[in-house]
Amino acid sequence: MKQTNVEMYRRMYLIRKAEETIQTYYAQDEMKTPMHMSMGEEAIVTGVVQALNPEDQVLGTYRSHALYLAKTGETDIFFAEMYGKATGMAQGKSGSMHLSSPDHGLLCCSAIVASSIPIAMGAAYANKYLKNGKRVAVFFGDGATDEGVFWETVNFACLKRLPMLFVCEDNGFAVHTRREHRHGFSSLNKVLANFDCNVFEEKSTDPAVIFETTRKALAAMEQNGRPCFLRLHYYRYLEHVGINEDFEAEYRPRHEYLEWREVDPIAMQRKKLAAIGYLPEQVRVLEQGVDEQIARSIDFASGSPYADACELHKGVFICG
Amino acid sequence: MITYCDALNEAVMQEMEQDPTVFVYGIGAPDHKKIFGSTANLLEKFGPERCFDTPIAEDSMTGLGLGAAINGLRPIHVHIRVDFLLLAMNQLANLVSSFCYGIGGKVGVPLVIRAVVGRGWGQGYQHSKSMHATFAHIPGLKVVCPTTPEDAKGLMIAAIRDNNPVLIFEHRWLYWQTGAVSAESFEVPIGKGKIVRKGKDVTIVATSWMNVEALQAAEILGRHGVEVEIVDPRTIAPLDEDIIVESVNRTGHCIVADNDWVYCGFSAEVAAMVSDRCFGRLKAPVRRIGFAHTPCPTARHLENEFYPNAENIVREVERTLSMERIDLSGEKFYSHENRFRGPF
Repeated sequence: MKQTNVEMYRRMYLIRKAEETIQTYYAQDEMKTPMHMSMGEEAIVTGVVQALNPEDQVLGTYRSHALYLAKTGETDIFFAEMYGKATGMAQGKSGSMHLSSPDHGLLCCSAIVASSIPIAMGAAYANKYLKNGKRVAVFFGDGATDEGVFWETVNFACLKRLPMLFVCEDNGFAVHTRREHRHGFSSLNKVLANFDCNVFEEKSTDPAVIFETTRKALAAMEQNGRPCFLRLHYYRYLEHVGINEDFEAEYRPRHEYLEWREVDPIAMQRKKLAAIGYLPEQVRVLEQGVDEQIARSIDFASGSPYADACELHKGVFICG
Repeated sequence: MITYCDALNEAVMQEMEQDPTVFVYGIGAPDHKKIFGSTANLLEKFGPERCFDTPIAEDSMTGLGLGAAINGLRPIHVHIRVDFLLLAMNQLANLVSSFCYGIGGKVGVPLVIRAVVGRGWGQGYQHSKSMHATFAHIPGLKVVCPTTPEDAKGLMIAAIRDNNPVLIFEHRWLYWQTGAVSAESFEVPIGKGKIVRKGKDVTIVATSWMNVEALQAAEILGRHGVEVEIVDPRTIAPLDEDIIVESVNRTGHCIVADNDWVYCGFSAEVAAMVSDRCFGRLKAPVRRIGFAHTPCPTARHLENEFYPNAENIVREVERTLSMERIDLSGEKFYSHENRFRGPF
């Protein structure tokens, strides 16, 4: 478990550092893409991805920097796409909101709330049909549970017993609107418990807790064949879209944030490494390695060329 | 000779036999009515994993098709009406159409979506839409409207083998049309039109059912010395512009008879394209025929006002060619309405 904890720290530090780097350079206006920052949710994505096999598949939302970085570990293509360069995953056509890396099993991310959930179901249908043993995890916010397509998908995935995890990253808000202003029922979990699925809930910024919960979910799915719903709570540190705080807007109080900040996933995990005997020098070397990787990626991305204008017309259809 | 419906069925059957990744699903796909017979024997032959019913959930079921298509399968999603397909518009316009583009052109979406265009016997305004132009408007979707049994089979096979999303609009009344169709597997290329009838005086670009009306109009006009050429584009997107341009350059006249609303429709697209590419050769303005700009009414006599027919085409040809008005009192129009007794 020690090595797992180190690996999870490395991933979370990479995610945090990459986003802090976006904050540093965003004002230069070279990254012209709406940033929906992951800060605060690092433990969820890291714990779930750690519990999955590398060949398992994931899908996300417009808030998926963390998911991309946790699943791929790479930052060159990531930043190149942010800069809109030819070396990005989609030559700059997709930007921050539509990350993907099919080779790493990140199938797609969508900026329409809940819309990747049924696609995950189709991917799971194919995996079951092809008997390839792959599992699919689809990440979405609690706002997605307001959408009809979420319930349609839960219904059919349960009916067909599809091997998939519904991972709800619940920050309590749909954009700026709290749950109590959106839901005509008191408990999402109770509603979901009426479906033929396994329901789990955690409120933790410890990736090891998320990792264990996900392992339990995968084991339950293996055992009874039912899909799983994981409701995992976190707090969004920054504004809905953008790189700044937004407490002055007064739809949420700063003290909420400060309470969560007390248990910040990266800070907590760094403490944990010390507690399990990982030396400060080793942490420094790990962090330095990530810092250098990101610095190289910024150079790579900012120094990469833009795609030719003719690229506009390429890729609408696949040839052959 | 087989029917259009049997041709669709035969195409899917043959593709499912030779490719185990092809599957068919949709509301009612395996039930006893079998989408008017077009999905007959698929469940029986290939089992419930490859031919299955769905909840009434078009949005998520379209997402299912997309997810399966990018993960190694070739789904065919069936809608018994185009009107129901509209519930899938988010997936089609926001996800399916842009998927390949958004992933840098690296992953195709071999998804086929079948949708039946209803008409007659009181289908009304929620069971009769065509709207192929609405879908063709969206980059990343291919849209085909087969008219003959041969085209139904060949375009269906081409659609299934295509690595991109293809929507097939099947007119309900064409289901009983018969024609010679090769028993072998064959493709009709997507994006290629067809000259349905040769003629030198006027070009009629007709889609779907309007080919049937155009043929009747051509026959009547032929008796009055006018040689009509009919072009069926077969594919709405991508459009075979050249076959239309070549024809209009010969005839100098173009009428578009579209099985859809006129305003902002496919007929406008063809008219604009012909005006651009055939400007110096046109001897009269391009004219357009299509549905009345109203929701489709239920009562038969109003429905007859809503739908254009061969008579409308004849009158439009007279206008375009500045002809004397033909006496049509001996002709029978809207005869197909008498054949269709519903309910669907």
